Amino acid sequence: MERLKSIYLVLLFGFLYLPMAVLILYSFNASKYGTHWDSFTLGWYRSLATDASLIGAATHSLLVGCLAASMACFIGTLGAVGIYRYRFKGRIVLQGLLYVTLMSPEIVMAVSLLVLFIALHMELGFCTLLLSHTTFCLPFVTVTVLSRLDGFDRHLIEAAADLGAGEWQAMRQIVLPLAMPAIAAGWLLSFTLSLDDVVVSFFVTGPEFEVLPLKIYSMVRLGVKPEVNALAALLFAVSLLVVSGAQYLLQRKPK
Amino acid sequence: MRQGNFFRTSVILLLSVWLALFVLIPNLLVLAASFLGRDESGFINLSPGLGNYLRLFDSVYLRVFAHSLWLALLTTLACLGLGYPFAYFLAQFRTSVRPVLLTLVIIPFWTNSLVRTYAIRSLLAARGLLNNTLIALGLIEEPVRLLYTGSAVLIGMVYILLPFMILPLYNAIEKLDHRLLEAAADLGAGRWRRFWQVTLPLTLPGVIAGSLLVFMPALGLFFIADVLGGSRDLLVGNLLKDQFLDARDWPFGAAASMALTGLLFLFLAAYAYSLERFAVEDRP
Repeated sequence: MERLKSIYLVLLFGFLYLPMAVLILYSFNASKYGTHWDSFTLGWYRSLATDASLIGAATHSLLVGCLAASMACFIGTLGAVGIYRYRFKGRIVLQGLLYVTLMSPEIVMAVSLLVLFIALHMELGFCTLLLSHTTFCLPFVTVTVLSRLDGFDRHLIEAAADLGAGEWQAMRQIVLPLAMPAIAAGWLLSFTLSLDDVVVSFFVTGPEFEVLPLKIYSMVRLGVKPEVNALAALLFAVSLLVVSGAQYLLQRKPK
Repeated sequence: MRQGNFFRTSVILLLSVWLALFVLIPNLLVLAASFLGRDESGFINLSPGLGNYLRLFDSVYLRVFAHSLWLALLTTLACLGLGYPFAYFLAQFRTSVRPVLLTLVIIPFWTNSLVRTYAIRSLLAARGLLNNTLIALGLIEEPVRLLYTGSAVLIGMVYILLPFMILPLYNAIEKLDHRLLEAAADLGAGRWRRFWQVTLPLTLPGVIAGSLLVFMPALGLFFIADVLGGSRDLLVGNLLKDQFLDARDWPFGAAASMALTGLLFLFLAAYAYSLERFAVEDRP
């Protein structure tokens, strides 16, 4: 029975990882059509590095990812502190709205944001992309920070107030240091979310501002290309690094 | 005190205004647009009516919705069938190994889903690893057509969404109080009876949460069908994409989007209801 369980776990992990492993292996394969193993090459990575439009798209993606993650962390952390510390009218509504945003399918959000931007006569591109990405990252940060704050002793803030600390000082010296791992994890996860998003970006960006996932989408639709293997392997490596970092931050016990 | 009030007001307002501006208002706009007509020249004309919703009942679109729901249901059941034993076995591992295994489930969860879909595509391709392996084993002589079939889309969906099922299931199963199982065993319940009458009801919130997390995205992920299924398998996600970006029939697209949202709210309400019922049953 024990052996059966282990076999099942290994099989399912195999299902989750085998396709990626094959992709990474083929990214080093010199054979153009990937039908058989030819010889080891770094050529596909080299041709990625010289593809100017690809580099442009990657730069755009990194820029939007960093900015959206930072904005989401700023608004989300302050919002989480507000929800945690104060009882106010509409608190339940605000929390409800957060969960609706978290649960609603990307495509519905994409459609609604597109309608908003067109109604506001905004040109689709960098700005609309940044606003949209910040919006779908926001609930992730807020919920992560909120769940970390919920584990704390509220008396710490009261003690700070008793000792004469103002709101900003208490925020800077008590709340922020305590919530920092959750904020950092939220930033990393937002960054990956933004870097991975296809559905929302597809709707809200314009032809002048191309991002990496959409670039991959158009490459993939045209057929299998060895360069895509290399690109996929690189993106997988980035996700691996970022997620491990976030996991490490989140699983560290609060001091 | 003034400083405190200012801080309080600004942090609450910041989040509220952002969500109102980019979540609430856009959705209300879509709702409003869904009742309007389409202009030949512009996007929208002001002739309110239920026409767009009635058009959804056209057999073409009904088929799209039915097909999407069916595929999402199959995906959910497949993920549940594969994921439940997986989460169950995972929860039985030593506490020192579990975080590592759990991280292994979380990594694909956060990996670019387009890249993962592409990985499945290259695996299933005519000259992909699967076909080559089958040929090498002598099971088939010619490559079998795996790509651009309904099964390819289903495999892709399960592959992308499986971690969404495993994580909530694992959370529910890990919390299970083993004394209850021991008590059931002491009272003479066999293995299956313990599972049906103790384990499954107690982990039901995880089952429902996981099913929702798989079912809802399964309705919207248009690129999986695009990359693996070709264009024959039109799903609600593809319909929305076409209406908004290609056909430019926004009011109709808005109605389809509202119908999708309505369906999802129905499922969410069912989830809340089942949680509530569950909580009541829980009381001694």
